[in-house]
Amino acid sequence: MTDTTTTPPVQTQLRRGRFSEFWYYFSQNRGAVIGLVIFSFIVFIAVFAPLIAPHSPSVQNRDAFLVPPFWQEGGSLTYLLGTDAVGRDILSRLMYGAQFSLFIGLFVVVLSVTSGVIIGLLAGYFRGWVDTVIMRIMDVILAFPSLLLALVLVAILGPGLLNAMIAIALILQPHFVRLTRASVMSERDREYVIASRVAGAGSARLMFLTMLPNCLAPLIVQATLSFSTAILDAAALGFLGMGAQPPTPEWGSMLAEAREFILRAWWVVTLPGLAILITVLAINLMGDGLRDALDPKLKKS
Amino acid sequence: MLRFFLTRLGLLIPTFIGVSIVAFAFIRLLPGDPIMLLAGERGIDPARYAELQASLGFDKPLPIQYFNYLSDIVTGDFGTSIVTKRPVLDEFMTLFPATIELALCAIILATLVGIPAGVLAAVKRGTWLDQTVMGTALVGYSMPIFWWGLLLIIFFSGILQWTPVSGRISLVYFFPPVTGFMLIDSLLSGQSGAFRSALSHLVLPTIVLATIPLAVIARQTRSAMLEVLGEDYVRTARAKGLPPRRVIGLHALRNALIPVITTIGLQVGVLLAGAILTETIFSWPGIGKWMVDSVFKRDYSVVQGGLLLIAGVIMIVNLVVDLLYGLINPRIRH
Repeated sequence: MTDTTTTPPVQTQLRRGRFSEFWYYFSQNRGAVIGLVIFSFIVFIAVFAPLIAPHSPSVQNRDAFLVPPFWQEGGSLTYLLGTDAVGRDILSRLMYGAQFSLFIGLFVVVLSVTSGVIIGLLAGYFRGWVDTVIMRIMDVILAFPSLLLALVLVAILGPGLLNAMIAIALILQPHFVRLTRASVMSERDREYVIASRVAGAGSARLMFLTMLPNCLAPLIVQATLSFSTAILDAAALGFLGMGAQPPTPEWGSMLAEAREFILRAWWVVTLPGLAILITVLAINLMGDGLRDALDPKLKKS
Repeated sequence: MLRFFLTRLGLLIPTFIGVSIVAFAFIRLLPGDPIMLLAGERGIDPARYAELQASLGFDKPLPIQYFNYLSDIVTGDFGTSIVTKRPVLDEFMTLFPATIELALCAIILATLVGIPAGVLAAVKRGTWLDQTVMGTALVGYSMPIFWWGLLLIIFFSGILQWTPVSGRISLVYFFPPVTGFMLIDSLLSGQSGAFRSALSHLVLPTIVLATIPLAVIARQTRSAMLEVLGEDYVRTARAKGLPPRRVIGLHALRNALIPVITTIGLQVGVLLAGAILTETIFSWPGIGKWMVDSVFKRDYSVVQGGLLLIAGVIMIVNLVVDLLYGLINPRIRH
């Protein structure tokens, strides 16, 4: 991709060919397509939540505490999925919650991928002491159980959604460092890299423009998996009271608020968790499809 | 083998130093003055402040503080809890067996169900059975386990009333801990019904904690089996006319298990992270709940000591897994 400007027609054609090949393999995987459809639906809800949500996610109705879903006795069509302990509409809160979860996933993945890829490129390209220092630091991060480290980091930074996202990005980032470093090390002695170097390309160009595009496949798969891990971990931190704080309609903190009603009102506990499970499952289904489509080893079998 | 062991051990030293720096830095990174944090809400007068500063060594330069911290650790002093005034190591030792018991039961369940499920899915590749097993595994893998635990409580403790909601054993039983493992201690106590009670407390937390490792093990077993089933020696065994059960059980599974064992070993970190959530939901008195409670109680010397001890445990288990891997797979040693 270094010479896009000189030969645009060939490049676009090649890229389109690559995409249709990717799409061919991706669409072969039924689960992946189902995942994509569900995920698109969740994105749609998140984007249009202000338009389609029947109620405001934060307005409390004193006359409707713990109203059950409409199909159960005592339920009403005003609150399709019932209300919580302070009379807020659960359906609307779930819809707004989708915004938070997708934003968390996106933010964490962008942060951990950019930092992880840059650090991994440096380690794999320069080797020597740079590599040693970086990899030992990554070992230290990986030596802790991920959630414990996130919990402690949030204790240092202070509870809140932003700090929780930063903490999760930090614990996910070593995976990207390791992957990038491994790919760079296998690419850096290939002919095209050497040719580029002989042609006078500098370190930055070699790292980011020559090698990085050829290391992307495993990174994309890992990014998808990290997206779902980020949503799960953020919900777990919210559940423990260290992530998003009430009254934010984040799914994990909705669960934390609902815990005391667990034996009285099943819907306040069941529905937010179901939303987390469906979102994470859809992303993981897509991740499996991406892996099959991007991994040349599996294509033949 | 000894050289392999020593190199692996050598690699752990920088990681351990890094981990101890993280634990050391933790208290110093917290917003606010560490001594004011220790003093709590009451406040403190300047004379006592200076006295505490000197006795805790906070008046010395950072490298010396770190060196003192390291020498404390080497002599087994991981600090003292601000809340209970007990040594952190003592608390850890009291609570750790509960976590080990839970984690062991979970990993046993995950292995006993996960490996056969994975083998079955691989052998029946592409059938509805394969799809069901792998679909279930993916759901398990995507599960928010804190919610899964709540669901199980609603169903088994709420609706069916089969299992208790929290704790390790019913309060009517009391006996001194011998091994720290409730299942064994309850048997040793000889009290009728004690073992049953301990078991019924253990079932739901075990299922919750086993869910993700089980899914990972089943997926890993399936892909390892598929790889091995395509190998020449499996075809040879088949061609020789060996019964399929023998080919799969003896020739294929044995080799497929090598990566699976590593996967099981790698679940230790996952289990301890899961224990934080599982123990919180079921009020299981182990180290996961201990850490969460300490964060909330601002008992920061416990958090500091616990971080280091837990990371130490994970590092040791990973080393043991590495060594076992070297034992069963000689290729890796060189």
